[in-house]
Amino acid sequence: MSVLVVVECDGGEVKKSSLEVATYGSQVAQMLGTTATAVAVGEATEASLAQLGEQGISKVLYDAEPRLKDFVNGAYTKLIAAAAQQEDAKVLVLANSNIGAAVGSRLSVRLGASLATNVVELPQISGDQFVVKRGAFSGKALANVVLTGERKILAVKKNSIEAQHEAGKTAQVQSFSAQLTDADFADAPKQVVMQEQAGGVLLPEADKVVSGGRGMKGPENWHLIEELAKALGAATACSKPVSDVDWRPHHEHVGQTGITVSPNLYIACGISGAIQHLAGVNSSKVIVVINKDPEAPFFKAADYGIVGDVFDVLPKLTQAVKELS
Amino acid sequence: MKFLVCISNVPDTTTKITFTPDNKEFNKAGVQFVINPWDEYALTRAIELKEAAGSGTVTVLNVGEADTEPNIRKALAIGADDAIRVNAHPRDAFFVAQQIAHIAKEGGYDVILMGKESIDYNGFQVHGMVGELLGIPTVAPAMKLDMNGNTATLEREIEGGKEIVEVQTPFVASCQQPMCEPRIPNMRGIMTARTKPLKVVEPVGDAPRTAVAEYALPPKKEGVKLIPAESAGELIRLLRQEAKVI
Repeated sequence: MSVLVVVECDGGEVKKSSLEVATYGSQVAQMLGTTATAVAVGEATEASLAQLGEQGISKVLYDAEPRLKDFVNGAYTKLIAAAAQQEDAKVLVLANSNIGAAVGSRLSVRLGASLATNVVELPQISGDQFVVKRGAFSGKALANVVLTGERKILAVKKNSIEAQHEAGKTAQVQSFSAQLTDADFADAPKQVVMQEQAGGVLLPEADKVVSGGRGMKGPENWHLIEELAKALGAATACSKPVSDVDWRPHHEHVGQTGITVSPNLYIACGISGAIQHLAGVNSSKVIVVINKDPEAPFFKAADYGIVGDVFDVLPKLTQAVKELS
Repeated sequence: MKFLVCISNVPDTTTKITFTPDNKEFNKAGVQFVINPWDEYALTRAIELKEAAGSGTVTVLNVGEADTEPNIRKALAIGADDAIRVNAHPRDAFFVAQQIAHIAKEGGYDVILMGKESIDYNGFQVHGMVGELLGIPTVAPAMKLDMNGNTATLEREIEGGKEIVEVQTPFVASCQQPMCEPRIPNMRGIMTARTKPLKVVEPVGDAPRTAVAEYALPPKKEGVKLIPAESAGELIRLLRQEAKVI
């Protein structure tokens, strides 16, 4: 009996959300009196995997098959299922990412497991009862869900748990093979296209986000958003009307039908705060709203606010951040 | 090509969320229900592909009780050919996936489409479960879908980019923007929808694997702290010293 953590890697490194998931998995293992093993997917270096010891992982299984570098649903599912069987994993923990959700849902059927996605806290375990808290209704509510299956799979929402770093602890990295065949790669991508990231920070992984709405007046003013984001080390985002009129690309749209984010800091510039936009950002830890309309509904959801013109306020904020460092 | 499009019946996106007094169920009183916005991408794209091919059918599937029929009729008005309702409360993702897989198998559908997730339970699970139950590929979430005979080319969103994936029918895809511009029903569609077939079937399969014990609302915010625009820099100090987020 063990806890198996699925760790996503990219460019040799473990993703930030996977460090959180590794921490979550080790804490669940402690609660259950067992150990946490990780299975790594994507491109990873042995050193970066060994470092998962800092998150409390004792052992990492890694299949160096080169075709696993990019996401392949069939192959990833088979690999993780094989690792779960080998480790007799009763609990599997993944990131609530596009990979985690795609693989987790297939695994739940293959392993006969209960699945909870969007998990925001450690589980409550008492006797046979296993309950997790998850976000529902696009962040407008939370649900306590009882997982009745003998096996459980949890997909943990980003920024729900802080990754721990116990310096000096290392995990043992073991090579692992799931005997993958060509058929397992039937849905392998023909091509992978990466987007250009403004400021180099990936929106779904970001812990700070600077976002602009129609109040920015046009795409030519976005440098104000980008300069503040760059100074803060934040990702940039936008509201739906902005991506609908192509001021910004679709992959920056946050909201109910866009990307849901839960960063530590969300700065909304010239966004009035329609309920559909709030649904995509309301689990952010701290929300800052800058809008010249004091009646903008977003102020009701904000922790800090500035009633003012974004064209005056943004340069002042960027300047103040630069003065900090 | 036979398309099966799965739709959920969800509270309108502007709904203020409340629960029954025991916090066990969503309070439906006075709430307008709509087709799940993500599912509208799946529905419209299926209709577009059928029209482009000049042949084929689009069947709409909903797991829900009789009160979901207005939205099933709306999907027919948008352009689906017929509909199936599995007469059951959609208790959990696994339960719903079993219904879809059963109907997909019986009806021999080539392409099974649905939205990325529903805006109420936000499970983002059903697509993969259906794919696994049927032993066919799943592409999720898909931003683009083109068909050439039995070969589909999809763009799948990954964090920070996209994968171009090619699969053969049958397959499952969960859809999101910018796949297409969702259609709204026109008067002719609304008139013909009334006479299109809507079959009601009883559920099959095993028990759900999850159950909601209780719902809760997120903790209330303390209220906004306003900083005068002329001393905007003060905000940065507060974010560092008070909120400790930078």
